[in-house]
This record gives sequence, structure tokens and C-alpha cells, in this order.
Amino acid sequence: MTGAITFRRKAVDRTMKALFCLAAILVILPLFLILFDLLIKGGKELKLTLLIDLPHPVGEPGGGIANGIAGTFVITLLAMLWSVPTAVLCGIYLAEYGKGKFASAVRFAADTMTGVPSIIMGIFGYILLVLPMKRFSAWAGAAALSMIFIPVVVRTTEEMLRTVPTTVREAALALGIARWKATLRITVRTAWPGILTGILLAMARIIGETAPLLFTALGNQFWQTRLDQPMAAVPLQVFTYAISPYEDWHDKAWAGALVLITMVLLINIAARVLTREKR
Amino acid sequence: MENVFEIHDLSNWFGENQVLKKIRMDIGKNSVTSVMGPSGCGKSTFIRCLNRMHDMTPGFRMSGEILLDGTNIYSEKIDPVYLRRRVGMVFQQPNPFPRMSVFENVAVGLKLNGGKLSRADISEKVERSLVMAALWNEVKDHLRQSGASLSGGQQQRLCIARALAVEPEVLLMDEPCSALDPMSTSKIEELIEDLSEKYTIAVVTHNMQQAARISDQVAFFLMGELIEMDKSGKIFTNPSDKRTEQYITGRFG
Repeated sequence: MTGAITFRRKAVDRTMKALFCLAAILVILPLFLILFDLLIKGGKELKLTLLIDLPHPVGEPGGGIANGIAGTFVITLLAMLWSVPTAVLCGIYLAEYGKGKFASAVRFAADTMTGVPSIIMGIFGYILLVLPMKRFSAWAGAAALSMIFIPVVVRTTEEMLRTVPTTVREAALALGIARWKATLRITVRTAWPGILTGILLAMARIIGETAPLLFTALGNQFWQTRLDQPMAAVPLQVFTYAISPYEDWHDKAWAGALVLITMVLLINIAARVLTREKR
Repeated sequence: MENVFEIHDLSNWFGENQVLKKIRMDIGKNSVTSVMGPSGCGKSTFIRCLNRMHDMTPGFRMSGEILLDGTNIYSEKIDPVYLRRRVGMVFQQPNPFPRMSVFENVAVGLKLNGGKLSRADISEKVERSLVMAALWNEVKDHLRQSGASLSGGQQQRLCIARALAVEPEVLLMDEPCSALDPMSTSKIEELIEDLSEKYTIAVVTHNMQQAARISDQVAFFLMGELIEMDKSGKIFTNPSDKRTEQYITGRFG
């Protein structure tokens, strides 16, 4: 009798454990399938020319996505140039000062914006900047990406600051340090690795965004140094190549996707390394 | 003896909950005053009134006056930031700033308090504070090491050095030894004795032996009231209130 019950309990135990493991495998499986597929299909086009050449016309062999890689960096950094300070300061406000209704409203707005489909940000950027400027531009692309970046970083900054113990804030104030200085130079410094990780993860997110750029940065077949002109970006090139009817462009789309996912992986790894460093 | 603090009928509330009830107390210059009593008697709440640490607590209200050298510290004229430079504080849990070195922990108050000090001045003041906190010999070769890497007792002395660096007149200590082992505790107690030559010190403790060892005068709190305050020798041998006697003979608390 007891033996049978024990056997049954152990069997249920093992089954449940197997289920949990299975779920974990299902979660990571897509990442490995995607990586594997990309390596197979994109690997053959992954040559040095891909990284340093401009796109070639259809049918002409060779060519690369150098302008897209440069454009992705320019647009992303441009977006971060104003988004990082804005988002971090807003996160500080929410964590250190925000107690009333206004703060709740900001939190709610940030959470809602995080869930807004990214194409909406693209359309918004189109209406806000492309129409008045009468041209597609890197500015507009950066603005659209900012709207994705900011709410994420606002919330992660707030979360990270909340992990700083109250005793740290009290110790700073007890030294007769003005509150804004104590906040910036002590509380924020204490939470900085976490805040930086949040920034990098958000950067990884916007670097691969396609939809917000479709109506804003538009894409470009050539080098573009002016920020008020259409600019190429890797996700846009992948998109263009992938929907084209040409076989050699399809190969380039795969290679571009491989480049993109490698950039995202590198940023993610950087974020991990930064948090692991002395905590 | 000249009084540094004069407290008149201090009462305070957190929301509807009254904690302190009509406290009257004088704290003499360069003396060590212990505030003792059972948990929840309001002794920490009391000491944190003296450097306005409750200012940020929502729902905090108070009545009465706390005079520092004759000026009410809760008056409009007093900026709590400047008050806290005169009245330093050491907390119950050693709380060195994480991610700052031993040196930076002591220097940060000097650097962020707006004074224009040269590098050499800062180094000198950091050294002097660490010497005063009886920590210099143990850390002088590890000033760049993280403050969090020190032992608990060393961390607490680091916090004392940090508080001393900004040159306060009064040092408030909220159960500074309750998280420490007996060896570290005796070091801090010796330190308090040395510091009392230059500073006015108020220490919260629930350890009667400690109060007896370190203080010139002892205040006994119970349920938010100041039951009795007297010379340390008197209060432990011949207290005037029955409740004090019951507490020190271990009948409650």
C-alpha cells in the first residue's frame, strides 16, 4: 500500500520535472533553430565584401550592406543621444521623487508605450517629421526608434534604482549632501551597472527594428552622410532583399540577418558581462 | 555645562500613530548621552529627529522644539542640508557606499558638499578621519579597495570616519554596535570615549552594559516617554523611577 503510493508520488514527481524541462527547451529552441538556419543560409554570403561594399544591382554578383551597417549605427546612436539622458532622468524622477498621480500617469504611459506595435511608432515619426520636412531622413528614423527605446529604459532605470537600499540614501543625506547630488552621485552610481544593462538591452532591441524605419529612414542604396536624407539600415536591407523575387538577393537577406543577429548577440553579451562585474 | 541641544516638549506622529510624547532633554557639550529602552520605545525615532532624518517620511508630524545652540532646527531659517553637516549620523547597519573605495567613502562628503578643496586637502582630511576612527592602520594600504570588502566592524568604523570627515559638531549613533561582534563592539566603544573629547555624542542602545560603560548621562525611554534621565552612575545604581529600576534589573524589556 505505502509502496504503491510512494511509487505513484515519485512517478508524478518525475513527470512534472520532465514537463518543466521540456518547457525550458521549447523556450530556447527557436533561438538555436534561427541561429542554425541563419548560419547555413547566410553563411555562404558572409564574406568580407558584405561588410565593406555597397549593394550591387540585381544580377551583378558581389556587393554588400556596408551602408546599412553604418546607417544602423548612425540611426541607433542618434536615437540614443537624446533618449538615454531623457529616459534615465525620467527613471530617476519616478524612483526618487515620483509619488503622486503624475508619476503614476507617467508609469502607465511608459508601460502602454512599451506595448504599442512598433509600426505605429514608424507612422507617428512619418507624420511628425517626414511630412513637415517633406523628406525621409535619419532624424525621423531615430525619432521613431526613440519612442521604443525611452519607455523601456525609463522603467528599467526605475527598477534598478529601487534595488538601492534606503540605508544608502539615508547615509548620503546624513552627510549633509544636497538631495540632487546624493541622488546623482551616490544612488544612481550604486545602481549604474543595472541601468547600463537596461540601456544596452534596449539598444539591442531597437537595432533590429524594421517597421519604425520603413516610413521614416526609408533606406538607401548608397552612402549617405547627411542626417536629413534617407539612410540605409540593415533591417531595411534585409526586408527589401527578402521580399524581392531574386535568388541572389535572398541569399543577401540571410547574410544581412546573420549580421544583425550577431550585433544583437554581442550587445546582449556585453550587457551580461557588465552586470557580472563586481556586484 | 553648556548645552548643545535643548529639547522642549517634543512629540511626534507617523500618520495617526503618536510615537514620542512630550520629551524634554538637554544634551551637554562634549558629553556622551545614551538613549536606552526596549524595542519600540521611540529611541531611534527620537535621535533621528535631531538631524531631521524624518523629513522625507510621508505622514511625519511633530510638535515642540529642538534647539541647537539656541536655534530651533525645525524653523524656516534652517536648511536641513546644513544642519546635517553639523549633526552627523552613524546607522545601525554598517552602510558604506557600495561601489566606492575606502578612500572615496570618506572623501565623498567632502567632495559633494560644495567646498573647493584641493586633492591634497582631501587626502589629508581622509587620513585624519580614518585615524580618528581608529581604522587608519588597518586600511592605509588598501585605500583603493572597495569599502564593502572590509569586515563588519571595520565597515562601521569606516562609516564613523565618513561622518567625521565633514567635521560635524555632534555625532548621532543609532545602535552602532548591534550588528557587530564583541571585539568590534569594544573597539567602537573605546572610539566613542576618545571622540567625546571633541564631539558631542548621542548613542541609541538597548544594551544596558554598553550604556553604563560609555555614557556620561543616560536617558531611559519607555513607550515614547522619557521616564528618567540622569548621570550614568546614578541611573544604574539608584534610579528614581520604579520603571527604570524594573528595566535595569531585567524584569521586562
